[in-house]
Amino acid sequence: MSMPGISMVKALNNGLRRALQDDPKVLLMGEDIGRLGGVFRVTDGLRKEFGSLRVVDTPLGEAGIVGAAIGLALRGYRPVCELQFDGFVYPAANQIISQLAKLRHRSGGAITLPVVIRIPYGGGIGSIEHHSESPEVHFAHTAGLKVVTCSSPQDAYDMIRQAVAADDPVIFLEPKRHYWSKGDVTDEPPAPLERARVTRPGTDATLIAYGPTVPVALAAADVAAGEGRSVEVVDLRSLSPLDMDTVRESVHRTGRALVAHEASLSHGFGAELAARIQQEEFHFLEAPVLRITGYDTPYPPSRIESDWLPGVDRILDALDRSMSY
Amino acid sequence: MPRKPPTPTADARRSDGPIQFLTPEGALESDSRLGLPARLDLPALYRDMALVRRLDTEAIALQRQGELGLWPSLRGQEAAQVGAAHALSAQDMVFPTYREHGVAWCRGLDPVSLLGLFRGTTLGGWNPYENRFQLYTLVIGAQTLHAVGYAMGLVRDDAIGSGDDSRDTAVLVFLGDGALSEGETNEAFVWAAAQNLPVVFFCQNNQWAISAPYSVQSRVPVAQRASGFGFPGVRVDGNDVLACLAATGDALARARSGGGPTLIEAVTYRVNAHTTADDAGRYRPASVTDEWIAKDPLERLRRHLTASGAVDEEFFAGIERREHELADHLRTGCRSLPVPGPASSFEHTYTTMPAELGHQLAGHLEFVASGQENGATR
Ligand SMILES: Cc1ncc(C[n+]2csc(CCOP(=O)(O)OP(=O)(O)O)c2C)c(N)n1
Ligand SMILES: [Mg+2]
Repeated sequence: MSMPGISMVKALNNGLRRALQDDPKVLLMGEDIGRLGGVFRVTDGLRKEFGSLRVVDTPLGEAGIVGAAIGLALRGYRPVCELQFDGFVYPAANQIISQLAKLRHRSGGAITLPVVIRIPYGGGIGSIEHHSESPEVHFAHTAGLKVVTCSSPQDAYDMIRQAVAADDPVIFLEPKRHYWSKGDVTDEPPAPLERARVTRPGTDATLIAYGPTVPVALAAADVAAGEGRSVEVVDLRSLSPLDMDTVRESVHRTGRALVAHEASLSHGFGAELAARIQQEEFHFLEAPVLRITGYDTPYPPSRIESDWLPGVDRILDALDRSMSY
Repeated sequence: MPRKPPTPTADARRSDGPIQFLTPEGALESDSRLGLPARLDLPALYRDMALVRRLDTEAIALQRQGELGLWPSLRGQEAAQVGAAHALSAQDMVFPTYREHGVAWCRGLDPVSLLGLFRGTTLGGWNPYENRFQLYTLVIGAQTLHAVGYAMGLVRDDAIGSGDDSRDTAVLVFLGDGALSEGETNEAFVWAAAQNLPVVFFCQNNQWAISAPYSVQSRVPVAQRASGFGFPGVRVDGNDVLACLAATGDALARARSGGGPTLIEAVTYRVNAHTTADDAGRYRPASVTDEWIAKDPLERLRRHLTASGAVDEEFFAGIERREHELADHLRTGCRSLPVPGPASSFEHTYTTMPAELGHQLAGHLEFVASGQENGATR
């Protein structure tokens, strides 16, 4: 099936439809996902197609959504939860971090919890507070969870189905500012869920991005090319586990690494990447690993968010610094 | 100044008090609010209560000897747990807290497996599907939502309402009086009510959440809270094994038939400190505890069994012999609980080990094999 020029929302919708068709144990649950189709319409039409027992409008309570999903998984189901916005995941923190992530380990492998938690995340949409956050490190730092994020309609379509099919709990982060970006989607067999991808090859520096910063990184690489610099863009796709092979191979060639993410700088995902890169490619680095990120503040009011977010200019500035070592 | 809460129902008329069949003196009476099950195996109820009390006593002893790091005692709550557990069908699923040793026993778990969590040899200890008894949950209230989700699965599996007793299934989830205040418990009530789920919430109101008396949690009885959510709440004498059995049986039958959730409050008392690490003398007078010891759940059934002539001295002697065997089994079993190998913690974190974790494991195994320890060896 070929799906030319569809949005990420539509790609996710198609992916979830396929997941529901492929396995009768799959069910979707969340606030407003049924009749309304979700506040971003990701589940539009699915309740009508699959019924209210498989596309469940839940009570308003995030711990309830994840806790009940765990119970359903204990009974052999594959629940896909939608948490409405990034800033509303914290009421479910106990269920995600202390229950979902740990039960397999606690049970010595007797329990399998194939639960997916979808979270629209990131900023850049002019929203009010709690609607623009990047909570990925809380989950990437939690053993027992997988954390993945898509950056294109094709990846959204493939990765959501792979996440549903995975037997471990998956935090599935959807970059909401690219929800309406369009792209061609096909049914070709996808790369493994945990594999990073070189989205744009280059030779002078490696620019590592994921989710919402991937299109920004590609735009920066375009500008840099006009200035005679060849930037390789790596889309991590999976934060946990982290595909260090792809990162290492790229940095080994270019000798320079930059990381761009929306989440705050300190203790962020870039710190983990910088540590691993210097540990594994120490002798091949021409410059320190540089990070282009949000600042160590709460997410700002939307009128000033575009300067707060790591944009093309800040990435290019960092590239200059890297090249000048 | 906050308004003075209404006085509790302790001095209320009997018809307002907790449902009770067996008085502390051992007399069997009827209660207009609930019938007794047609078939009752009173000797078996007594036997199980006596054995779980011994299990508990032995575990406390093992803790004192340094074999366990900690033990949460169930003393005083034997009737609540054994009564509730005797109402279960084989296919029902149980979600316990950390104190349900008596339910675990009735579910057929090897009691030695309960010790591992407290000895530090495991974070779980048993396969939750084998006896349909989930892992202990230490985070207060978290398991109530797991029970709700499991019950949602039962609905989708058409496992309720067929009228076939060997097929229709319910969920029995245990919680304490302290857990009533957790947001997650209240979410579980909302979900169970709105979807009319086959789940029975069995709250052992043992009056205490560590040092907090029930008045810290609420000014109305536990059972009364159910009505605000829209399902029945039942208050039973938690030291009367028959009341606990009858109420749980009634609620489970309703759940299995599609009649929805129930909250049972078993009014009982935590006779020992919260755990072996706690000192109850710091927050409650021994005299109150003594009053509750006088309402001992085992003693009243023993009195009844003796007075009714249902059993003879040999019955009690037989139980004593089994208690000794159980204690032996616990002592040897505890000491021979296998210490997990260094790889175990890495093995079940994911269904397949990520490459990075594999590297960490390899390094860790090398470290362990080198004979180094966490002390200075060089
Ligand atoms: C979420 C959470 N908060 C605090 C604790 C610490 N804690 C352990 S037991 C307990 C009291 C629980 O009381 P209750 O629910 O009445 O159960 P009981 O111990 O009486 O069986 C507390 C506060 C915990 N385990 N989980
Ligand atoms: Mg209590």
